[in-house]
Amino acid sequence: MAHQINMDPCKCPMPSQEPQVRNHNFDEVALGYTAEMAVNEAKRCLNCKNKPCQTGCPVGIDIPAFIGKVAEEDFEGAYQVLSASSALPAVCGRVCPQENQCEGKCVRGIKGESVGIGRLERFVADWHREHVNEAPVKPQPNGHKVAIIGAGPSGLTAAGDLAKLGYEVTIYEALHLAGGVLVYGIPEFRLPKAIVQQEIDGLKALGVTIETNMVIGKVLTIDELMGEYGFEAVYIASGAGLPRFMGIPGESLKGVYSANEYLTRINLMKAYKPGSKTPIMHSHKVAVVGGGNVAMDAARCAKRMGAEEVYIVYRRGMEELPARKEEVEHAQEEGIIFKTLTNPVEVLGDEDGRVRGMACIEMELGEPDASGRRRPVEKPDSRFELEVDTMIMSIGTSPNPLIRSTTPGLETNRHGCIVTNGDDGLTSREGVYAGGDAVTGAATVILAMGAGKQAAAAIHQYIQNK
Amino acid sequence: MFRIAEKTPLNPTVTKMVIEAPLVAKKAQPGQFIIVRPFEDSERIPLTIADFDCQAGTITIIFQIVGGTTMELNQLEAGQSVHDFVGPLGRASELEGLKKVAVVGGGVGCAIAYPTAKRLHELGAEVHSIVGFRSKDLVILEQEFEAVSDHMAKMSDDGTWGEKGLVTNALEALIQAGNQYDEVIAIGPLIMMKFVCKLTEKYGIKTTVSMNPIMIDGTGMCGGCRLTVGGVTKFACVDGPDFDGHQVDFDEAMHRGSTYREFEAHAREASCNLLNKEVQ
Repeated sequence: MAHQINMDPCKCPMPSQEPQVRNHNFDEVALGYTAEMAVNEAKRCLNCKNKPCQTGCPVGIDIPAFIGKVAEEDFEGAYQVLSASSALPAVCGRVCPQENQCEGKCVRGIKGESVGIGRLERFVADWHREHVNEAPVKPQPNGHKVAIIGAGPSGLTAAGDLAKLGYEVTIYEALHLAGGVLVYGIPEFRLPKAIVQQEIDGLKALGVTIETNMVIGKVLTIDELMGEYGFEAVYIASGAGLPRFMGIPGESLKGVYSANEYLTRINLMKAYKPGSKTPIMHSHKVAVVGGGNVAMDAARCAKRMGAEEVYIVYRRGMEELPARKEEVEHAQEEGIIFKTLTNPVEVLGDEDGRVRGMACIEMELGEPDASGRRRPVEKPDSRFELEVDTMIMSIGTSPNPLIRSTTPGLETNRHGCIVTNGDDGLTSREGVYAGGDAVTGAATVILAMGAGKQAAAAIHQYIQNK
Repeated sequence: MFRIAEKTPLNPTVTKMVIEAPLVAKKAQPGQFIIVRPFEDSERIPLTIADFDCQAGTITIIFQIVGGTTMELNQLEAGQSVHDFVGPLGRASELEGLKKVAVVGGGVGCAIAYPTAKRLHELGAEVHSIVGFRSKDLVILEQEFEAVSDHMAKMSDDGTWGEKGLVTNALEALIQAGNQYDEVIAIGPLIMMKFVCKLTEKYGIKTTVSMNPIMIDGTGMCGGCRLTVGGVTKFACVDGPDFDGHQVDFDEAMHRGSTYREFEAHAREASCNLLNKEVQ
């Protein structure tokens, strides 16, 4: 053992902006460890031989190895370990649900708090960005071309891995900016856009081409990419799709947003900046319907946009909230009001067609349903009205139809998700792979990245064996 | 960046631009739309494709200067470029097999009605065009419509061009004169499309409308363009923009369309002030 183990049962706390300050700005909430904090935290790692943490990481980072380097104060060495497995460490250190992954398997977590693996990953990635200016070495081209559809976490990860193997990679992005959900969805205060941009610039330095404004399925089809454009394989990482609505009366009133629209206006189109040309409602009382990470992001954005009261309305209980615990806690600290066991039944409008409130019913938890969670059932005669001027629907998405409707022979399931053969992401079409939300439906950044990594390996194997 | 090959003012508030976008031009079909962002910090706005030339690799757009973004677009001149240009988006109009069609265009909606009329004419259909404007000063594409129409009715609100009256008056007169249309295609302000649909419903004539709601991405991600069609939520960007007019909830669409009216008015004023300052 190279270092003295730090037996503190608790993680070194993350320095953060004060809740009542940060809920009025879009600056990053968590401020990051200092080098001293990072080294101390790294010394809490027991360097287990069987590395349970690594088995919990969708991209398989050698976690004890990178933490060992941090403990030795070899921060660049730590970065090299991280970047061998992860294309986007500064992103993952911020948005991964570590508590269910690496940290969830940490032995220190049995009798105390797990090692702060995510916080250390973030520290190392940030340290590298701030201290090392070397452009990555462009690999020797291997003469093979791969196209990737979508410049979100899954596509960027696959692009990075394939570029490192010498492939000529082109990413086609539908929006005007690369990054996918990292730029249109996750807000600045959780993931600064400059960091995303830097990770993307790193990929470009590796030789990856990113073509924005290209809606595959419309301007070009997959058949054209594999035909006249000469790509030997295609990876579809087009992400989640159309927002779902509840189908209750009043959802078309002025002031009802999907979380996608609300977040896109604020993040991608920068409506939070003074002088932005993108309009957004300046709401006073906002209800966000849903309990996932996207709902937390929308609620915390609404608060920062100046809303006095922001509610999370969720039909199950606090225990069942699908969002990360940390996101829920942050939201609570910032003054978001949780109305759990509450289900909207109608959006109420004024004479001008604007939202003036919503009618809800109270719920209680019954027997477990197919998902294993207790099914919410209506309490009789519990209807009440909540006064709000804005309602943000954050109840999931259904897959985008553009690619499946223009790619003959591409099998999709009854929900419209692309069907793959399992881990390596091969679809029903030879040479066409898919992963991320386009396959799984709305999930997390790291799962999408894991899928990108596996697909890149499978594409490499496919092309080499051709 | 996408170069502007030509810019022509059609009337004081409507401009035609021909934009070099070869990949978009290769796939474009009548009824589809593009998303344009004039500058790097502009909004994304949807505009229906007014014409396309796959040989020249160009897309023609015709827009009315109504808000901040269309003002920015209008500041650009031929030889300059728009920052972003995405398309062709949406589903193409279904025009094959129609024998006799009334194409109703209102105001700047004529910019979209025209390529539809032209395509129908090319397909050999008998085309009756009914076009309406508020007044003579605002008329666009008159000769173009005449060239592709077997019959053309010209209407204006104030009687300064063609006959005084509404497009619905002309359409009803044509129907009552015994014209049997396979379909009526109406493109224009929501209020016009609503009343065309009310009229054709009475006569049982299938009617298609082209919807142009608020949009951001235009690819089926934000849900801002949702409409109620036949009681079901539809997204204009991927399910449309053409819909069965008898199923569309126009009143709701009109309400939703006004969500940012105050913001737009403010943006227009702000842009005007900037222009004024530049002039000074």
